[in-house]
Amino acid sequence: MANIRPKADAVIVGLGWCGSLMAEELTRAGLNVVALERGPWRDAATDFPPAVDADELRWDARRSMILPPAIEALTFRNTSSERALPAREWNTFDFGYNVGGAGTHWAGMAWRFTPFDFQPATHVKARYGQQQLADGLIVQDWGVTYADLEPYYDRFEKIAGISGKAGNLRGEKIDGGNPFEGERAEEFPLPALKSTRLTDIFDAGARKLGLHPFMVPAAQTSGAYTNPLGVKMGPCTYCGYCLYYGCGNWSKGSPNACVIPVLKMRSNFTLLAESTVLRANLAEDGKTATGVTYVDKDGQQWEQPADIVVFSAFQAQNVRLLLLSKIGQPYDHRTGQGVVGRAYCYQTVSGTSIFFDDEQLNQYMGAGALSSQVDDWNGDNFDHTGLGFIGGAGILVVSRGSRPIGNTDFLPAGTPRWGSEWKKAYKHAFQNGTVVFGQGTSYSHKDSYLDLDPTYKDMHGQPLLRMTFDFNENDKRSAAFIEQKAIEISHAMAGVKHVVPTNSADRKWSPYDLASDHTIGGAVMGMDPKTSVLNRYQQVWDVPNVFVCGASSFPNNAGYNPTGTIGALTLWTARAIIDRYLKNPGPLVQA
Amino acid sequence: MAAVAGTAASVPLLRAANADADGAPPAGTPAKWEAGAANPALPPRSGGLLYLTATEAETLGAIADRLIPADELSIGGKEAGCVAFIDRQLDGTFGQGVSDYRRGPYYQGTPEQGPQNKLTPAQRYRAGLAALAGYCQREFGKGFAQLDAATQDKLLTSMEANQLALGEVDSKPLFELILQNVREGFLADPVYGGNKDMASWKMLGFPGARYDFRDYMDRKGEKFNFIPVSLVDSAS
Repeated sequence: MANIRPKADAVIVGLGWCGSLMAEELTRAGLNVVALERGPWRDAATDFPPAVDADELRWDARRSMILPPAIEALTFRNTSSERALPAREWNTFDFGYNVGGAGTHWAGMAWRFTPFDFQPATHVKARYGQQQLADGLIVQDWGVTYADLEPYYDRFEKIAGISGKAGNLRGEKIDGGNPFEGERAEEFPLPALKSTRLTDIFDAGARKLGLHPFMVPAAQTSGAYTNPLGVKMGPCTYCGYCLYYGCGNWSKGSPNACVIPVLKMRSNFTLLAESTVLRANLAEDGKTATGVTYVDKDGQQWEQPADIVVFSAFQAQNVRLLLLSKIGQPYDHRTGQGVVGRAYCYQTVSGTSIFFDDEQLNQYMGAGALSSQVDDWNGDNFDHTGLGFIGGAGILVVSRGSRPIGNTDFLPAGTPRWGSEWKKAYKHAFQNGTVVFGQGTSYSHKDSYLDLDPTYKDMHGQPLLRMTFDFNENDKRSAAFIEQKAIEISHAMAGVKHVVPTNSADRKWSPYDLASDHTIGGAVMGMDPKTSVLNRYQQVWDVPNVFVCGASSFPNNAGYNPTGTIGALTLWTARAIIDRYLKNPGPLVQA
Repeated sequence: MAAVAGTAASVPLLRAANADADGAPPAGTPAKWEAGAANPALPPRSGGLLYLTATEAETLGAIADRLIPADELSIGGKEAGCVAFIDRQLDGTFGQGVSDYRRGPYYQGTPEQGPQNKLTPAQRYRAGLAALAGYCQREFGKGFAQLDAATQDKLLTSMEANQLALGEVDSKPLFELILQNVREGFLADPVYGGNKDMASWKMLGFPGARYDFRDYMDRKGEKFNFIPVSLVDSAS
């Protein structure tokens, strides 16, 4: 091997939220850290200042900051009896392809999962008994609890600059917050964002039904802010160019705005951008990683040796890297044996499209996470006895900005899609049409999994990741239940004239259904190496000097966006590495 | 200059992605950072057609005027510049399909597996418009642009329902591609050659490339009359 870099204490693969937070912790603890990021350098001043940011065609329609399928696609099939084919064009997945990762373009909904979400097996058995679960459904505890993660959620919220209002502060329920949230030790670092005409109408309707609306925690700063790393952020201007866009104001919490300015100053941190990791390398005994092999932007192959390897390359890419590195036993669907690729899940979406008659919603003003939500039908917040499913959904409205190009088909059913009638209907819908969005839990199933495709390869000759997925019976039932609840809420909202139910789970799933881009699991954490790839510290059971951070760790998805939990878990893992692993390298948990 | 496909650095990577696995490394990556070079807000090249033939442009203009007719709400798609927009897009990275995964083998899959196009968008326009022209010649003895509006609407409706017999070309995917690009031409920032005088934004009451609404957030439900702004103003 001709090209070998000097050995690092830790090599980090992928510099998004996980990679940045891990790098900040490890470099501050004195380690020499090298981060490898496939995408190019991005920052607000060069890439998305206000002068070029407000451009829907470029950033949203053409997804200029998202990983193109040309660089890495996945192949897809609904069931194992089909041949998987590449998802060749832009679809529902929004992987990062830049320094900052998906954390640069995300909408900013910054949640904590609830205590139930981390221990679904224990909770469901205690409350409902075994017969509640549908055939083949995978429901297993994470090995880590909400209480374990609470201080790390707090730290992530402070680093990212989250705006919100606590609903359960040290056991005391607070009006205006979410009464169903897990108990938190401190308030949010910033007050909640401004409400809008739409969120006001939603709140009034929800309260009429006896529900408990609250502002969704948002990674858009409601005022000027300095985070614990000393980085200053600007106040959000409600420009409406958020999801898919970088923030030109330093007001969307992102690795670029919140962490990387500090990392840049540390002499023990090295970033190699436009460098694609092909795989980790293992020692002869297969129990230790020696580092990674990567390709630089000139096509040259290099080795980066390291004592610790962190995969933080996003959910799908983490699983693919494990498989390409031959770390852990791959899941075999026929036998049910193996764990890498097992327990893959998604986000179950249902709800309504609603149209007012003569409103002035002014939806072009907003922020990515500016939303009002009710959690009364989420998780295990209600009694599921006799319903035949577990889980539920947060139900919300979003004031995220307009999408003149993106919303051209957002019309009442039966409206022509072109011609003068379309123009008239679209002009009306621009101020009157919106969504009541049920963002639901997703449980994995033995028939939904990831593995390496036997046919299709990337530009480096390596197999693409193959996804076998469809909605399971449990999630179809929860989606139908939530659809009904969304219809009730819609009719309770003053001035709503048309309510059009929508349910993404009432048909076969497709990556071209743009319901959600939350892709979960495949390298899950847990307490038993037979059903998990990672222990409760996101450390690989089989190769203890490899840690995997991302939504790939979740054995199930909650009725919330995943990023807050991803951030908290990363900080939890970093603490375990610094306080325990470095003093005594080896398994942190005895299997 | 591929303003619509990200920075200059990433376009060569995209081009190389679909080459042979052991092909040449990406060329043309800028060696050093230059102020403003990575992200110019470029107006489209003026002058004649870059990709479309005159006949193709004429046909697309007629289609654009049916998809987005001139009426009391706004000018039509042709006057708004949809054809110039599409022509520039087809000449650039969108037309070349640089973001798509284009390695074989190709199979037709289930509807859920989505498009498996061997042709790039630019190639699909060429083949599709040729098939449409051939159909119109056989049926009517003239081109699409020479037909009356009612006949044009009938043909478009038939394409939308995947029922127009265009030989090798499936009419619905062609219709959807053209509809999407016409809409983009009508609704995108004028910096890309369409949305003349921000006609669509004035129709919708969309303020365009504005970036600060803090003073207006508390004035809920108020009808504002923002004069829309374009990136063209920022570029000058």
